[in-house]
Amino acid sequence: MNGRAHLDAGAPHAATVTARTQESPGIFTLQLRLDDATAQAAYRFAPGQFNMLYLYGVGEVPISIMSDPEERDLIGHTIRAQGRVTQGLAKLQPGDKVGLRGPFGRGWPLQEVSGCDVVLVTGGLGCAPVVSVIHYVLRRRERFGKLVIVQGVKHAEDLIWREQYDRWAKLPDTQVLVAASEGAAFWPWHVGRVTELFGLARFNPECAVAMMCGPEGMMRAAADSLLGRGLPESRLYLSMERNMQCAVGRCGHCQLGGAFVCRDGPVFNWGEVKALLAHKGF
Amino acid sequence: MDAQTAVKPRVAVHKFSSCDGCQLALLNLGEDLLALAARVELVHFAEAGPLDPDTEVDIAFVEGSVSTPEDLERIQQVRRHSRMLIAIGACATSGGIQALRNGADGAEWVARIYSHPEAISSLAHSTPIASHVKVDFELWGCPVSGPQMLAVVNALLLGVTPRANADKVCTECKRQGYPCVMVSRGVACMGPVTRAGCGALCPGLGRDCYGCYGPAENANTDALATQFDHLGLEPQAIVHRFQSINSQAPVFLAAADKARMGCDE
Amino acid sequence: MLTQPDPAGFLPHARLRSLIAALRDRGYRCLGPAAENGAIVMRELDAEEDLPRGLQAEQGPGHYRLTQDPYHRYFAWANGPQAIKPLAFAPQESVWQVRRDAAGALQFEATPPAVQALAIIGVRACDLAALALQDAHFLRAGRVDAHYAARRERLFLVAVQCAEPAATCFCASTGDGPTPAAGYDLALAELSDGFVAAAGSDAGRAVLAALDLAPATTQQIEAVRQQGVAAAAAQTRRLPGRNLRDALMGRLEHPRWDAVAARCLACGNCTAVCPTCFCHAEMDVPALDGESSRHQRMWDSCFGESHGHLHGFNVRPDIRSRYRQWLTHKLATWHDQFGRSGCTGCGRCIAWCPVGIDLTEEAAAITEGAQP
Repeated sequence: MNGRAHLDAGAPHAATVTARTQESPGIFTLQLRLDDATAQAAYRFAPGQFNMLYLYGVGEVPISIMSDPEERDLIGHTIRAQGRVTQGLAKLQPGDKVGLRGPFGRGWPLQEVSGCDVVLVTGGLGCAPVVSVIHYVLRRRERFGKLVIVQGVKHAEDLIWREQYDRWAKLPDTQVLVAASEGAAFWPWHVGRVTELFGLARFNPECAVAMMCGPEGMMRAAADSLLGRGLPESRLYLSMERNMQCAVGRCGHCQLGGAFVCRDGPVFNWGEVKALLAHKGF
Repeated sequence: MDAQTAVKPRVAVHKFSSCDGCQLALLNLGEDLLALAARVELVHFAEAGPLDPDTEVDIAFVEGSVSTPEDLERIQQVRRHSRMLIAIGACATSGGIQALRNGADGAEWVARIYSHPEAISSLAHSTPIASHVKVDFELWGCPVSGPQMLAVVNALLLGVTPRANADKVCTECKRQGYPCVMVSRGVACMGPVTRAGCGALCPGLGRDCYGCYGPAENANTDALATQFDHLGLEPQAIVHRFQSINSQAPVFLAAADKARMGCDE
Repeated sequence: MLTQPDPAGFLPHARLRSLIAALRDRGYRCLGPAAENGAIVMRELDAEEDLPRGLQAEQGPGHYRLTQDPYHRYFAWANGPQAIKPLAFAPQESVWQVRRDAAGALQFEATPPAVQALAIIGVRACDLAALALQDAHFLRAGRVDAHYAARRERLFLVAVQCAEPAATCFCASTGDGPTPAAGYDLALAELSDGFVAAAGSDAGRAVLAALDLAPATTQQIEAVRQQGVAAAAAQTRRLPGRNLRDALMGRLEHPRWDAVAARCLACGNCTAVCPTCFCHAEMDVPALDGESSRHQRMWDSCFGESHGHLHGFNVRPDIRSRYRQWLTHKLATWHDQFGRSGCTGCGRCIAWCPVGIDLTEEAAAITEGAQP
C-alpha cells in the first residue's frame, strides 16, 4: 500500500518477543523483532496499518501496530486476551517465537493533513491503532496545529498508558480528554460517557482532521458531534474492525459492502462507510 | 511453552452411562494414540488399561450421561479431581439415546422389560454432564470423531481453548463434494440443523444425516420440519427425526414438541 | 466461435473417444460428467463410454433428479452441483506449514500444491463466466494466489453448449449463456449425430488440428445457432436486471429479508455450489508430535457463525443478516468489486437449496418497484 517492503507473501516470518508489558488485567503489549535482521531493517509501516500475528499451532490474528513508525528495532502490538490466539499470545514471554506477516491495509491519511488540527477519538483498545499517529505528530510537531486526544473506557481500570496521557496533557497545544463510564478512586478524569466530552474538544473545524477508532456506536456518536461542529465529512476518518483471516482481500470475511476492510481499509473516510454503518449486519 | 521439556499433562478418561463408543473412537486412533501418549500421561482409561479413577488430573474426558444415583455422586468427585473437564459424546452433552426415557414413564418401562425391576437403580432422567458440574468444553457426536479428540488435546497442550465448530454438517458435506441427498433423493436429512464434526459420514454414503452431533448454531428446525413435511413425512416421522440420539438437546426437544402438535391435529 | 463456420469442425459421435485420447496424449488427466448419488458430478474419465449418455437433469427449487433423455444425447443434462470451482479453488488445502524445534524456533515454508494438467469435459457457459470471476479474484494483479494460479494454468476446458436448460437456469438473463462465447479451450455443440467443435485457445487449436475433423457445414452451424436461441428462449427464470446494486442497497430493511430468513436453514449449500463464491477460512492443524503445524484454508460461507466473528462480537449473529450479506454481495456489491454481478445464472443455488429458496424470486420481491 505504501510502496515499501512487505512481508506478506504467503507464509509468515519468524519473530521473537523481546519485551512483554501487562497494560491492564486483560491487555498486554508484545514488542517483536523479526529474526531475519535484513527483514527487520527493511520493515516499514504507516500508522493505522496492521500485522497478522501467528501463534504456533493455533492460528493468526490481525493486530494493529502501536509502535512509533520511526522505531526501527521493534514492532509493537497491544493486544486484548479475548480469543483463542490472543489468549495464547498473552502467555508468551521474552524469547518466545511468533510468526508475523505485514504490514497490511491502508493507514491514516497523515500526509494529507499537515497544517491542520488533529482530533483523535478512541474508545477502549481503539487507542492502539491511533497511538502511532500521536507518536508521528509529536515527532513532527511543527507541521500540525492543535492535537486533541479523546479516549473513553468502560471502567477506569481499563485505561492503559495512563502516564502517557498525563505526559501528553502537559504538552503545549495538546488537549487530553479521558472519560470512564465507571470511575475509580483517584480517577482524575471525567466519569461518564466519552460522548459527553466531544463538546469540550478545542479545534478549528475549518482546518482539522479527525480520526476515530473504537466501538461503532461510539464512532457514530463522535461523527454526529464532529460533523455537527462543522468538520467537513471529507476530513473525518475511522478505522474499522472486521474478521480478517488472509489480510490480502482474498478470504472474504472482512467485506463491508464492496470493500475488503483488510485491503481497502482498515482506515476509511467517513463518507465511504457511513451508509452501511447505519445498518446492523454489515 | 516448550512442549518437549514441560511436564506431561495428566489425562483421565471417565465413563458414565454410555456404550463406550466414544472411548473406542479414541482407542481406534491407533498410531495417533501412541503419538499422543508420548505427550500426555494417561493415568486413567479403563478401556485401554490404566486404572486410577480418583487421582488428580489436568484433563478429564467424560463419556456418558448422569443416569444413576451412583453417577450423580461420582461426577462431583471427577470434577473435584480435574483441572479441565471435557464432556465427550452425545450422552455427556445432551443425555444421549437413554434420555428418550425423560419424556416417558421410565419405571413402567423397567417393569415391563426386567423380571426383577427392583434390581435396577436408575434416575428418572438421563442428563448431560453440564447439568451437574461445570464443563470446560463439550465435544458432541455419537460417537465423537478421533480427529476431533486429537484437536482438543492438541489445543490444550498448546495452552489454548479448543476450537469450537458449531457450523452445519452441510459445510463439511459440500467440501467433500457430496451432492445434497435431500435435493437429489428427497430424503429427510438432518444435516442442515446438525453440528459438523463427523465429516458428513452419512451423506457421504448416500444416506441422510440423523443428527447424532446435536444441534448446530442457528439451527432453523422450523424451516427444516416444513421441508420434511413437503417431502412427505408424516408428523410422527418428523418427531422421530428430532427425537433420536440427542432428543434432550433443547433445540431438538423444542422441534420435536412442535412437530408433535401436528400429530394431534 | 461455435456459431461461425470457420474454423469449426464436426466431430461425429463415434469419434468422441478420439477427443479424449487426444487430450490424454497431451498429458491431460481427463475429468468428465458421471452420474453419482443421483446427480451429475465430474469424475475421472477413462473412455467415452463413461460419459452418461441419455441423461437429463430435472431441476426445480430444492429438487434435482436424473431422468432419461429421449434423444440419447451425451450432454442433455444442464449441470450438476459442481463443475470447475473445486478443481481450481480447492475445497480444503494446506497453504503453508511451520516446524518448531526443541528450542521453540519456528521455520515457515510454503506448501505448493501438486498439480497435474487437467482437462474438464462438459463445462457450461455459466461455469466459464463464473471462472472468469474467480480468476479476477484469485489472480488479481499484484496479489496472485499461488495455489489457485498453479491449478488454473494447467486446466484445459472443453465447454459444451446447453441445449436443454433446466427449469432453474437463467444464464440468458445474466448474459452468460447458453452458448459458450469465451474462456474455453475447445467448445462443443451437440447435434443429433455429433458435435460442432471450435477452438478458443492455442492449446485448443492444437487438439482440434490433431483430430483432423471435416469442417462443420453451414447447416450444422445454423443448427447450433438455432439450438442456442431455443435454449435461451426455453429458460423460465430471470433476474429483474443485470445491475441490481442500487435497488438492493436501497432496500436493506425490506420486510422480505425477514420472510426469507424464516425459510433459510443457513446451511451454506448455496454458497458451496455457487461457482463464484470465494470465501474461505484459515486454520491451523498441528501435528500430534508437537513439532509441526499445517496452516490450512477451506471453503467457508457467509451463512456460518464464524464468518462475521470479531474479537468478542459477531457482526452477523442471525440468519436474516447472513442471507442479506449473501444476496447483496452476489447481486449488488459484486459490481463495486468486479464491475459486474456475481451471478452467472447457473441456478445451482436454487436447485441445491434444501428448502428451495429461489434467488430470482427473492431478488424480484426485494427490488420490486425500484427504478431499473
